[in-house]
Amino acid sequence: MKLGSGVLVRYVLLALANALGVYALMVLGDLGMWKGFAAVLAGTLAVDVVYATKRFIPMKYLLPGLVLLLVYQVYVVLYTGAVALTNSSEFNQGTEDRAVSVILAQNELRVPDSPQYRLTVLDKDGRLAFLVTDPDGDVFVGTSEQPLEETDDATLDDTGKAIGLEGYTTLPYAELVGPRSKEITSYRVPFSDDPTAGSLKTQDGSNAYVYKPAARYDAAAGTITRDGVTYTADDDTGYFVSPEGDRLTPGWKVNVGFDNFTRILTNKEIRGPFLAILVWTIVFAAVTVLGTFALGLLTAIVLNDPRMRFRRWYRSLLLMPYAIPAIISAGVFKGMLNTQFGFVNDVLLFGAHLDWLGDPWLAKVSLVLVNLWLGYPYMFLVSTGALQAIPSDVVEAATVDGASAWNVFRFIKLPFILVATAPLLIASYAFNFNNYTLVAALTNGGPPMTSADVSAGHTDILITFVYELAFGGEQAQYGFASAISILIFVFVGAISVLGFRQTRRFEEMS
Amino acid sequence: MRWFKQTGWRHLYGVALLVVALFPIVFILSASLNPTGSVSDTNNLFSSFSLKNYRDLFTDPQNPFLDWFVNTQVLAVGTAVITVFLGAMAAFAFSRYRFRGRDSGLTGLLLVQMFPQLLAYIALFLLLSSIGEAFPVLGLGSRLGLMFVYLGGALGVNTWLLKGFFDTVPRDLDESATIDGASHAQVFFRIMLPLVTPILVVVGLLSYVSTMGELVLARILLGDDVTKQTMAVGLFGFISEQFSKNWGVFAAGAILGALPLVILFQFLQRYIVGGLLAGSVKG
Repeated sequence: MKLGSGVLVRYVLLALANALGVYALMVLGDLGMWKGFAAVLAGTLAVDVVYATKRFIPMKYLLPGLVLLLVYQVYVVLYTGAVALTNSSEFNQGTEDRAVSVILAQNELRVPDSPQYRLTVLDKDGRLAFLVTDPDGDVFVGTSEQPLEETDDATLDDTGKAIGLEGYTTLPYAELVGPRSKEITSYRVPFSDDPTAGSLKTQDGSNAYVYKPAARYDAAAGTITRDGVTYTADDDTGYFVSPEGDRLTPGWKVNVGFDNFTRILTNKEIRGPFLAILVWTIVFAAVTVLGTFALGLLTAIVLNDPRMRFRRWYRSLLLMPYAIPAIISAGVFKGMLNTQFGFVNDVLLFGAHLDWLGDPWLAKVSLVLVNLWLGYPYMFLVSTGALQAIPSDVVEAATVDGASAWNVFRFIKLPFILVATAPLLIASYAFNFNNYTLVAALTNGGPPMTSADVSAGHTDILITFVYELAFGGEQAQYGFASAISILIFVFVGAISVLGFRQTRRFEEMS
Repeated sequence: MRWFKQTGWRHLYGVALLVVALFPIVFILSASLNPTGSVSDTNNLFSSFSLKNYRDLFTDPQNPFLDWFVNTQVLAVGTAVITVFLGAMAAFAFSRYRFRGRDSGLTGLLLVQMFPQLLAYIALFLLLSSIGEAFPVLGLGSRLGLMFVYLGGALGVNTWLLKGFFDTVPRDLDESATIDGASHAQVFFRIMLPLVTPILVVVGLLSYVSTMGELVLARILLGDDVTKQTMAVGLFGFISEQFSKNWGVFAAGAILGALPLVILFQFLQRYIVGGLLAGSVKG
């Protein structure tokens, strides 16, 4: 068989893919990330099966996109559902065992009169490692994840102190006291995988000392004792809790079933804001679509007259607001709507002091108007296209029969345009339902509502509300925020079903 | 008078709309040239001319606009090119081959679109944080990691659109090529791709435009290192904190950020309008 260059390229790529796969498997296996291990293994095998043989031709074209789709879209949507059933938060990640080791490590104290380890700080690919020489002259190396291990390969200096190790760079003194000093003084190398065994830490980067947990963990009873207080593991909330109700952080992730969902619906302090936001989201998206469509259609009708000159110029220039990213337009309007100095109050309204972005109702009006400015050019384009596609003989026949211009529009043109643009209107509704950028940039959800339990604003739409819950506040509530995301998925899914019915794409499948 | 009744009032309407459409753009251009950089002083349009804001934009290490610009362009161009390629490959397979799972695959792609990736941002954050433990290059705070996330949306959005265009290429063309001994890769690269170039341009453009303006995923997944952020995240920083102080630099950044897109829209309007009518919504 003659080896064409195509075949050669194929085998080189295949070899590369396998090398990458094997490397990834080694890293994942090392870290004990078995779910990732299984995923990479399946992916690598799929690549081999599909590309090493002459069969599965369609799959050769589908696999790369499919893998990305499965990981970054399908999996994350399902994962959102899984997270929604847990108490996942900034403090509730991982298992109870991990929480125990972190709590014990956080509460370590230096053991009085303990031996001094001479220390050399190493670096490998940006990650630190400790190379220590114990009082007997034995040399150990370890990282925060890899407990101390004895090594014989280190380079020693005249005093018998280990100062270097192959595969690592020794950090110079300047770095120890310089940019990385904080990272180094908070670094912790455990003696073993058992969190009670203690660790080595350093204050100065040249000597390390033994630290032991000041808190005591009783695995059988599931308790941690610190400063005379006993904290008991609570599997409902995922925290160690004292009799007084104090919590140790971090906690761990537990399944809470549908608690997050019932909390939205039963807790009054949450239900009130949630329903208000839900209604506003629906109204905002609906008013936006209707408003932009009405103005766009009107503009299309007015400017779509063959007798008119400069039509293309109008179209080009009217398109400009649409070309500008929403984040930029929103910022410009935020400046123009400034209460004291903004152009709208200062010039257009002769020095009025309307609080455009701070008053609950005016802020809503501002959002809708700005979105109108942003969005109608799109509807203008779409309507122009639809108008030009109306068969002229139908219109002529109606006119000959004596129909008025209004009736021609009302009973012939409008239905035609609506049928042609319905899928786009529904897509636009779904898009504005989740128009994070505009709301975040213009009002950031404000002004705030008065609610004790959640941070919510009068112009928040669901997606900005979820963002604040998950990333904005004091404590990131991933589980609770995901539950609301799932509700948004349900709404958007229902809207999309309507859209697909309209487009009838299912029927084009042949 | 007859002129007014026929087309004059149309021009009146058009000009009024143009004023509303273009005024904010003129306003921000004037603000970007105003050296005082505060909201209150920009209401007298073009009262002063200075490039101070632009200079500030490129010299402040806290707000490295040049980095943002480069990051955004690399991300948007990279995402657009790969999105087009992945989408075209999938469309080719669905258009030209009949295989088991084809129909359910096509239906599946429609279903997937009902669940926008954007809404799963918490799960994406958690996923990238786990991936980052093993492979920092694809984890949180990585531009490449963010690009992979964007690419995850490549098939869902574009395959149907592209398949429609692949279907319009007569089958005789590739069948005769196959009989002449062309491999499937040759059919794809040499025959199909050149024939559907216009729609590839459209898909690429729309992907480019939506990546340029994407805020929420970039904000969550790129982390706190300002040199790694995108223009949308950076400009959002100007807007959300001490806006009146940042007004001048924001204005300059807005002009520079919008310029590539405004130019692109003017030159490629025909393509973009075609793509929009075919059913895409700008993100």
